[in-house]
Parts: sequence; C-alpha cells; structure tokens
Amino acid sequence: MLQVDHLKKTYGAGDDAVEAIGDLFFEVGEKEFVCVVGPSGCGKTTLLKCMSGLLPPTAGEVRLRDERVDGPPEKMALVFQEYSRSLFPWMTVRQNVAFPLRRKRLPKAEAGELVEHAVRSVDLTRFLDRYPWELSGGMQQRVAIARALAYQPEILLMDEPFASVDAQTRADLEDLILEVRREYGVTVVFVTHDIDESVYLSDRIVVLRPSPTEVQEVLDVDLPEPRDQVETKELPEFASLRAYVYRSIKRKQGEAPAQREAASAAESTPA
Amino acid sequence: MTRRTRLLAAALEVIVPLAALAVLWVWSANQSSYYYPPLSDVLSTFNDTWIFERFGSDVVPSLLRMAAGFSIAVVLGVAFGLVLGRSRRARIGATPIIEFLRAIPPPALLPFGILVIGVGNSMKVFIIAFVCVWPVLLNTIDGAAGVDPTLEDTTRVYGIGRRDSLLRVILPAAGPQIFAGVRTAVSLALILMVISEMVASTNGIGYFVLQAQRSFAIPEMWSGILLLGILGYLLNGAVVLVERRVLRWHRGARASALG
Repeated sequence: MLQVDHLKKTYGAGDDAVEAIGDLFFEVGEKEFVCVVGPSGCGKTTLLKCMSGLLPPTAGEVRLRDERVDGPPEKMALVFQEYSRSLFPWMTVRQNVAFPLRRKRLPKAEAGELVEHAVRSVDLTRFLDRYPWELSGGMQQRVAIARALAYQPEILLMDEPFASVDAQTRADLEDLILEVRREYGVTVVFVTHDIDESVYLSDRIVVLRPSPTEVQEVLDVDLPEPRDQVETKELPEFASLRAYVYRSIKRKQGEAPAQREAASAAESTPA
Repeated sequence: MTRRTRLLAAALEVIVPLAALAVLWVWSANQSSYYYPPLSDVLSTFNDTWIFERFGSDVVPSLLRMAAGFSIAVVLGVAFGLVLGRSRRARIGATPIIEFLRAIPPPALLPFGILVIGVGNSMKVFIIAFVCVWPVLLNTIDGAAGVDPTLEDTTRVYGIGRRDSLLRVILPAAGPQIFAGVRTAVSLALILMVISEMVASTNGIGYFVLQAQRSFAIPEMWSGILLLGILGYLLNGAVVLVERRVLRWHRGARASALG
C-alpha cells in the first residue's frame, strides 16, 4: 500500500549540501507491521518526515495507495518520539484525542465514541479529563497513540515512539501497539534504532545503512503470533534474527550478507 | 516549601507592608511640613474624596478610558502579532516600522493627538492604545513564531485547518508570551492614562491630582496618588489572576517538565 520509490533527500545546496537520504526503495504491504531499523543519525526521522509529507523529497517519491504523497495524507497518522511536545498541553486527554477529528466533521456522538474507544484501547479511560502533563511519560505516549487511532488512519507511522520511556514501560507499550494494531487493522511503519524491538514487533524489517542512507536489506520476520515478551524472546529464531540484524547493521557497504542459516548456527554466541 | 516556611512567607507579606505603613503614620503625624500632611489626614481625605464622592465623576471616566485603550491594544496587538509571527516576510517588512513607532516617547504624541483628534476621550484612548500595543504585539510575534516544531508537525499531520491551527494551537502556544506583554501593557495603560489626563482634560484621576496640586490641596493630591497606587496594584493583581487561570496548563506543564 505504501511505496518508497528511489527517495532522495538533500539538505542545503552546492558545496554545503548534506545528503540525508541517498536512494531508498522499499514497499509496505497492506496491514503489515514494518520496522525500519538503522543506527542513530542515519536519516530515519528525515525518512519518516518525507513519508508523512511533512518534508518534500529532493528526488523520487512516496506513494500511498498509488497516490503521490505531497502533503500529509488524510489516511495517515504519525506518532512522534517526543510525546511531551506533540500533545497539546492546554488540552485534556479527551480534547487532544478529539482534536484531529474536527477535520472529519463527524456527528458529535460518533466522534465522542471514536475518542472513548481509542482511549479505552490504550487503557486510559480514567484519565480522559486529565491534562497530559499530569500523566507519566508512558501514559502520555499512550495518549498520542490513542489520538492516532481515533483518527482511524489506514497507515500509522511511528518515529522511535518508545525511545524515551523506561524499559518496563517500553515492553508494555510494545505489547500495546501489537494489540491495537490487530484491533484496528492498521498498517504500521515503525522506526527504531533498537534491534530487539524491531525483531519483536515486525512482520518485516528494513535495515538501513547510514550516510548516505540506503536500504541494506529487507528481512522477513516469521516469528509466531501473538508475540510474547518472554516466550517470543526465548525462541532460538528470535536470537538468530537479532544477531543477524545486528551483523547486517555493522556490515560495511558491498560486503556479502551472511547466510541466514549461518546466522542461526551462530546464535549461541550472540554478537 | 514546607508548610512552616510558607506560613512565614505569608506572614512576612502582610507584616512588612503594615509595619511600613505604621512607620509612615508615626513619622508623618509629627510633620509640620505643608507638603507632607499626616497620613491620617491623607486617609480621611481619601475617604471623603474617593468613597464615593468623586468616584463617578473622575474614577469611572479614567477607568473607562484605560479599559478602552488597553482592550484596543490587546486585540490589535494579538491579531497583528499572530499574523506577523506566522509570516517571516511580513515580519521582516514590518519590523523597522514597529521599531520606529515604538521608539517614539509617548508624551511626544500628545500635541499631535490634541491637534488631530481633539481633547476628548478619543485622544486619551488613542494615546493609551498606541503605547500599550507594542509590548503585546512584540511578545505575540515572538510567541507565534516560536511554536514548538513538533507541535506544528502534529498540527500538519492531522490536517488541522488554518482557523483551528491559529486559534487552538498557535494562540494558546503563544499564551505565555502574550501575557508577559499584557502585564507590561497594564502598567503602561495606567501611566498613560494619568499623563493624558494631565493635559487638556476636565475630569479623571490625573486631572484631579494636577488640579489639587495647583490649588494647594495637598492632602487631596496625595489621596489621588494613593488611589493610583492602589489601582495599579489591583490591576496588576487582576491580570495575574486571569493569567493563572488561563495559563494553568503552562504552570503545570513546566512543573512536570522540571520535576
């Protein structure tokens, strides 16, 4: 449903030009959960901004359902890393979640139902009339997720959404996003620098290589569903995939990729 | 702050001004100077003059002029500030003009105001508005231009319309700066009210203070000055109260970000 087609992004011009994204090509299928993983500073945020239509690409294009993205599409929602700066502090949880729905001009009752359903899905019903700054970081990010869900996007982009919360909260949020993704049947593109997270969450992983950013490789993740923080992570396949992605990120450009089988064999000695 | 230190602070806040007042009372009681009448005289004159003898004839006109000038300044300052804050080009073009106009010392405009607008209320309202608009305008520009980029991206991603984004995102986001400008504007409004009433006026508190001085009614003059001080204090307090209410989210958000 989403194609990133030879996307290039260069900041500045002439001698000072910085090539943030070299030449990116990948696709995201209907209802797929795709993680884009790469080292810090490899243009992941730039990529997401181009995908969401916030930044015009220098060359190439992003297509959503065969339509060129040249501004934020109506069928797309975005969850930012900095929850405290993407929620409106002068609005309550309810107002925050309801705010994007104004665009859709729904009947009041229907909009209210969408808001309450989304907030229930992230288990914050008790906090509907609180302000975001009265909540913990993990809860604030759940509000941002509820806002994205109530908007009923067909595709949800997430920019390192769990990078600024503690480990336990992070695990809870990972399970939450898998759950609501099933419930809402939404396609997810999830950008992260955390390899464990990418393997745990995704159906497919797009591994990026830094400066200028290009796709290193695309991996299918065939771990059993539903995922579980303990059981899934105990699986030998999880460990081997994790090690494989790790090596893939470390690998220099032009080197031949290791065989998946070889990676499995090396699972007892994690990288 | 613990409960004890808070109590102590509250006590100090009441005790120190009262003590100052007592000192002034005792000191002025023994004054033989014509220019420094005993505080008791000033207070009784205050009582006779302002409660409520001249309240309708002088205080109300003064307050109305100030309210009108101040309101016009806030409305214009916020409206133009939002526009200029959101458009870099308009800002670059407008900045020299704004800097020039606000650099004009306000009393210098009085002769012009009297000549062109006349000596009536409009002139005084104009002067007050002209001076109060700059802090509101400049602060609103700052606030509207400095909205957090993540909030702006969020607004764009969710396709928030122009009207909603201006009134429900940019305006509240600029709120803290707007109120900083409004606080400055309130003090300026009071100052300009007094100045404008001292020139070519037939009523108002400023007029009264000047007339009292000219007719050597010294306790009356002091009672007018005292009234102006009290008004300034109350007006500032009112703005702070409104600000606390409107910007409750800001205090809360800041407190949670710090702690």
